[in-house]
Amino acid sequence: MDSILGRYRNLIILVGVLFLQVLGLATQVKRGGGTDVESTRLIRVWAVGAVTPFERALVWGQNSADSLWHNYFYLRGVRAENRQLKDQMEQMRLEQVRLSEDAAQARRLQTLVAFKEQFISRTVAAQVIGSSGSDLSRTVFIDKGENAGIQRDMAVMTADGIVGKVLVVYPSVSQVLLISDQSSGVGALLEKTRLQGVLRGTANGEVVLERVMSDEQVPVGETLLTSGGDQIFPKGLPIGNVTQVSNGKDLFLNIKIKPAANLSKLEEVLVLVEKQERQATADEGVRVRAADILAQRLPSVPEKPAGATPAAGANPAAPNILGNPAGKPAVKPANTPAAKPASAPAAAAPKAVGAAGGAVTGPKSGPDSDSSPTPSAPPGNPQTPVNESSPQ
Amino acid sequence: MPITYTSNEQVEVYRFSIPVTIGIPLLALFVQAFLPLRFPRFAVYIDLPLLVTIFFAMARRSPVAGLFTGAAIGLAQDMLGHNPIGIYGIAKTVVGYGASSLGVKLDVENAGARFLVTLGFYLVHSAVYFTVAHGLVNMTQTWSWSRGILAGLANATLGVTLFFLLDKFKQRT
Repeated sequence: MDSILGRYRNLIILVGVLFLQVLGLATQVKRGGGTDVESTRLIRVWAVGAVTPFERALVWGQNSADSLWHNYFYLRGVRAENRQLKDQMEQMRLEQVRLSEDAAQARRLQTLVAFKEQFISRTVAAQVIGSSGSDLSRTVFIDKGENAGIQRDMAVMTADGIVGKVLVVYPSVSQVLLISDQSSGVGALLEKTRLQGVLRGTANGEVVLERVMSDEQVPVGETLLTSGGDQIFPKGLPIGNVTQVSNGKDLFLNIKIKPAANLSKLEEVLVLVEKQERQATADEGVRVRAADILAQRLPSVPEKPAGATPAAGANPAAPNILGNPAGKPAVKPANTPAAKPASAPAAAAPKAVGAAGGAVTGPKSGPDSDSSPTPSAPPGNPQTPVNESSPQ
Repeated sequence: MPITYTSNEQVEVYRFSIPVTIGIPLLALFVQAFLPLRFPRFAVYIDLPLLVTIFFAMARRSPVAGLFTGAAIGLAQDMLGHNPIGIYGIAKTVVGYGASSLGVKLDVENAGARFLVTLGFYLVHSAVYFTVAHGLVNMTQTWSWSRGILAGLANATLGVTLFFLLDKFKQRT
């Protein structure tokens, strides 16, 4: 007997070790269906605690070197880029005004149907410091944990779109399950066709939309948004675009999605730590019109120092009488023919009318009145300043 | 590429210092977790902890030491993911045992033998992983021979280079 045990000692130990691991595996599967990470949290802390400090240090070092290079040494073309960005910003402000008009209209409609929506009220920015290292477990580690207020099942996103959800939280790091993992599931909604489905990852890392009936028409390129049905992601966050539609099994379409966020090269993410659910209101606040922004871009004269001699032919009292903010060209209401300057762009007229909700008129008197233009004076009022008096 | 059959007396058995025994597997785990952030395909084709398992198992030439090394590295790798702990553990236990048993029988010190052994054990590892993940955990898996062989070749190529570097840490018993 001893000789048999001695002869097969290695094999017996191998079988014993394998048996123990299979037993542990079976226990985990029975407890949580293979996805319950919390039951083994204590064991995982060791490995995470051993690896993540090095990752954090390496990412910090890399970022510092990048920052030093980009902020101090490599500044070529910054001025041109700055000019370009300013132009872009102007364009985006105009676009924002247009969109805010649409949003205001949507809010009014939502109020009518007592629609409750979720708002992102607080996010925490985090750095991605590591991954699981396996293509069969699509998770990443971020450098924020319990200490930063992160909790399990919080949504994680980038500016481009959603990334995943927080799976395990440790004191100073968290593990995020990406939407491309096969155990992930997100409630999704196609933007135009309004079809709902479930977003899932596949074994080879693709992202697919499931549960859309095969008799539906889904165009390639359509944008996919979160539906809010999973209670993790607020409704309306971008997920990605449809890249391929084919007939799948069980009467459902097989829809492949290209995620909007670049899941393979994540650097910084936002964790949604607080969201509010409230009823939409039609309160629009201060509205800004596109014409106002255009008018602000018109050439203006800088504020003159006190006691400076006005230009010949100009009315020295004009700025005060007009009640215009310093540096802004005075404009007569559009319905006063004499006020229309030949050189002023057409956009200037709507500004004067729209900024105060009516015709801008001159104040009764005094320099203090420039902060509160009176909108009640009718056009053609004798007190209304004429445009010729404005500084050119 | 000569693969020499040797007796137990002829093969040399190596040991490693404690810092190397702990540090190299940890470093492999760290690199495996970090590099996919910069090179997304790295995790698909390269398994550094597997290479380290094969190296230690073949150098020590003790099946018991090999299987325990494989189990420890595999379980640590499992802990970094979110799948149940034990899938990599089982696969690397088998590889550790197999590599050290092979190391007892064959001289695997030259590059050609190392290339073939690493390629073979990569496929064994993939097969065991697939079986356990599919059969025990019910994970959806797709087996691809082309991908397996491609990844095996990539690991074998990297393994040959890596093993020569790790040879510096060997200590004769």
